[in-house]
Amino acid sequence: MSVTPFIVLSAILFTIGCVGVLTRRNAIVVFMCVELMLNASNLALVTFSRANGNLDGQVAAFFVMVVAAAEVVVGLAIIMTIFRTRRSASVDDASLLKY
Amino acid sequence: MVAFWILAPIMVVAALGLLFSRKAVHAALLLAVVMISLAILYAVQDAPFLFAVQIIVYTGAILMLFLFVLMLVGVDASDSIIETIRGQRIASILVGLGFGALLVLGVAQVSFGSAVGLDAANDGGNVPALAQLLFTRYVFAFEVTSALLITAALGAMVLAHRERLSPKPTQASLAAQRMRDFAESGKHPGPLPPPGVFARHNAVDTPALLPDGTAAPGSISRVLAARGTVKSVPDIADDVRSFTGDDSTTSSAAITDGSDQ
Repeated sequence: MSVTPFIVLSAILFTIGCVGVLTRRNAIVVFMCVELMLNASNLALVTFSRANGNLDGQVAAFFVMVVAAAEVVVGLAIIMTIFRTRRSASVDDASLLKY
Repeated sequence: MVAFWILAPIMVVAALGLLFSRKAVHAALLLAVVMISLAILYAVQDAPFLFAVQIIVYTGAILMLFLFVLMLVGVDASDSIIETIRGQRIASILVGLGFGALLVLGVAQVSFGSAVGLDAANDGGNVPALAQLLFTRYVFAFEVTSALLITAALGAMVLAHRERLSPKPTQASLAAQRMRDFAESGKHPGPLPPPGVFARHNAVDTPALLPDGTAAPGSISRVLAARGTVKSVPDIADDVRSFTGDDSTTSSAAITDGSDQ
């Protein structure tokens, strides 16, 4: 099994996640795209772990998952709070600092 | 490698669907497809522990949390197509394409050589080997992780907590309110009548009949009445008559039209 196809797939997924963060308006979907980017980097870590023959990459991927779980909990709580006050989950509506 | 070539197109298509789906729920389900495919790729690449964690933590916990919040926020809270910044979408797609081309070309030019493989590292099993690493070299990071998780849990509790502005209604106050309504506006204090139960219909779209044969307005859900799916009483009478083949009008004469509600 070669390494390059896995890394290329990871790069493609990361790019899709990036474009999603830039284009989507719904805060929850933006968050999902961030998760997609984290997952893509995890794939790269696991692949490099296999390429190098040690498990450090897998441990790093494990830590990424833990941090992602914590981040999702806090992020979704923030989205909920914003939705409660503004009745909207759109990232464009939270623009009070502009004025 | 077969698994990779089967899953890679599925993953890319599902990830693109994440960009183009109008509804957030569809995006969440497509993300689930990507995550489960990733889990299988982990299993292919000698990472059985991460395979399980990916399915349990990511697909099981994180994605379900996403769906919970989607249900709370409202499923039909879809994206607006109006651009706040003019040309932002085109610009970001171009930037994304450029970034992707840069990444893919850069990665493709590097020669990684042949993979060493994890057979030696996974010698005593993947999970013991990972645990060995986690509790020796990465033990400090592991401890810090616990602080992070506690902070996240506390933060979510603080953010999601809502102060109650009015006192919680008790059973006594609710009963007093019902009696006050009855005294002031004559609203019936008891429960609403249940929907009708007839020989052929035992459904919520069938109104109950009052003693004079008219339909009881309170027995039908307001939503059904607004949709116009409530069965009118003469319809039911006709239905029953066609079923029994009896055209005696003893029962239907008493039943007046109740469809006006």
